[in-house]
Amino acid sequence: MTAAGPAGATALLADLPPGPAVWCSGLRKRYGTQQAVSDVSLEVGRGEVVGLLGPNGAGKTSVIKMLLGLVRPDAGEVLLLGTDARRPSSRTRVGYLPELFRYQPWLTPAEVLTLHVRLSGLDVSAQRQRECLALVGLADRAGDRLGGFSKGMQQRLGLAVALVADPELVVLDEPTSALDPLGRVDVRDIVLALRERGVAVLLNSHLIGEVERVCDRVVILDRGRVAAAGTLAELLGQREVKLHLTDLPAGAAERLAAAGPVEREGEWFTVALPAEDAGTAVPDLVGDLVALGVRVHAVEPVRISLEERLLGILREGQEARR
Amino acid sequence: MSAAGTVVTVAALTLREATRRRVLLALVVLTVLLLALSGWGFSRLAAEGLTSGEARLTASVVLNLVMFGFSLIAALGTAFLAGPTLAGETESGIALAVLARPVQRWAFLLGKLTGLVAFGAGFVVIAGLAELLVVQATVGYWPPDPAVALGLLAAQTVVLLTLTVLLSTAISPMASGVVAVGLFCTTWVAGVVGGIGAGLGNDAVERVGTVSRVLLPTDGLWRGAMHAFQDPSALVQFGGGAEAGAFPFLSQTALSPAYLGWAAVWVLMVGGLAALAFSRRDL
Repeated sequence: MTAAGPAGATALLADLPPGPAVWCSGLRKRYGTQQAVSDVSLEVGRGEVVGLLGPNGAGKTSVIKMLLGLVRPDAGEVLLLGTDARRPSSRTRVGYLPELFRYQPWLTPAEVLTLHVRLSGLDVSAQRQRECLALVGLADRAGDRLGGFSKGMQQRLGLAVALVADPELVVLDEPTSALDPLGRVDVRDIVLALRERGVAVLLNSHLIGEVERVCDRVVILDRGRVAAAGTLAELLGQREVKLHLTDLPAGAAERLAAAGPVEREGEWFTVALPAEDAGTAVPDLVGDLVALGVRVHAVEPVRISLEERLLGILREGQEARR
Repeated sequence: MSAAGTVVTVAALTLREATRRRVLLALVVLTVLLLALSGWGFSRLAAEGLTSGEARLTASVVLNLVMFGFSLIAALGTAFLAGPTLAGETESGIALAVLARPVQRWAFLLGKLTGLVAFGAGFVVIAGLAELLVVQATVGYWPPDPAVALGLLAAQTVVLLTLTVLLSTAISPMASGVVAVGLFCTTWVAGVVGGIGAGLGNDAVERVGTVSRVLLPTDGLWRGAMHAFQDPSALVQFGGGAEAGAFPFLSQTALSPAYLGWAAVWVLMVGGLAALAFSRRDL
């Protein structure tokens, strides 16, 4: 043994990298006869922005509520910031904007933030609380009762509540559902700023474009299961290239097929390229085709959007169930 | 946050809610109205030229009647405040953001109950004390044991609030208030029926009151409070004997320590059940 007793062990533990912001395994939840969540496992790394996507009733909000101890899972384990989520202290550095955002209508925004700071048990200055309200555009309404606030303003307050207690993990459940386009841009900027500061974000949103812009990774849920998960590059990895070719000699079809599955429409060939491509597949293919004597009129990259990919995954799931 | 810190923060929030939702204002207005009415009534009594015994009996009965009014206002006010503040917050989603903080659910529930108890019990003690002063000033009557009487009125409020909090963890805000006040009134009626049974010497009817007082100790505590408010000679003046027990605004016996112990156990049991139900509830 090289470490010197307990002090050495403590030093060794301190050197270990911190656990992920969120780690859950085998989450299950049934409401009556409805199996809402079946065996969901996912991870959000420190400082990572992960998008949770899926159709209505896929179990996204149930998963989020199980992570935060608001719903008791029937089975499975959850760690928040390296601590067992059954212990309330695991949520000390967690900010949460619920899908159903409502705050005490008899309080003012400033009082709501003070309440949440007190409940978090942390010491957050009044200046920092004011900054939080200013960040979401509510600085001028800090002293007004919430009773007269619009939905959009309440959602902005919810965002400030999620951010006020110096979180290391922020969980946003449909954070832009009541916001105008400007508000959506504000939320996008806030999420990007959180990522820059190393704060992990779990973002549940129906706005796929929003997710695509800010997320490092995406988890797609369908009928309570993880239908797909990965980085955007991995999920959208099936890049395609469209080629306009004439004068194809023998061997050209084999060369095209070697690059990936081919679809032909007259003189247009669409080749699905492999995900693990170092960027050489297209120039190599074009070079080989030219060497074979093929006349190459056009080469067009085909970009698959996250929306198309999501729909594809959900349709595959539907067909598999039939 | 520590559990004690959560209890204090949530209790303070609940008291602030009661103030801001104008529940406090409504109670103050009702209390002043009742105090003024009873002051006028008592001053009329003083002008009737009653004998000292008659005056003590009348003061005891009317005082118990007015105190019943206060306890009913407290029951209605707190039961309908407890429903929205707990079940309402769960239903509307207000509880989601709060309970996602590092707080124990039982501590949150205890904080709510503490705030409601401070409000409800504070109301009956202050309003009751004001009424005692009104009676003292108008007819010169001062009850034999005012501290015990007001304490028991406050305890009755605690029992009713604990029941409402338990109901709030399971049913809708409005239903919890209606059921709690309904049970409160039913137990009071059962107590009166039991008194009539005792007056008639019918054990089976008398048992109705006894059983209801065990199931929900509000009426038992109320009868203990009445006994401490009324003059010891009032029962004799009323006619004495078991028949007096049939009258709803005089109490025949003082509260036994065993019953008080049972009321405390009841509050702990029902409160514990509420905490268990709330901690297992999906939000």
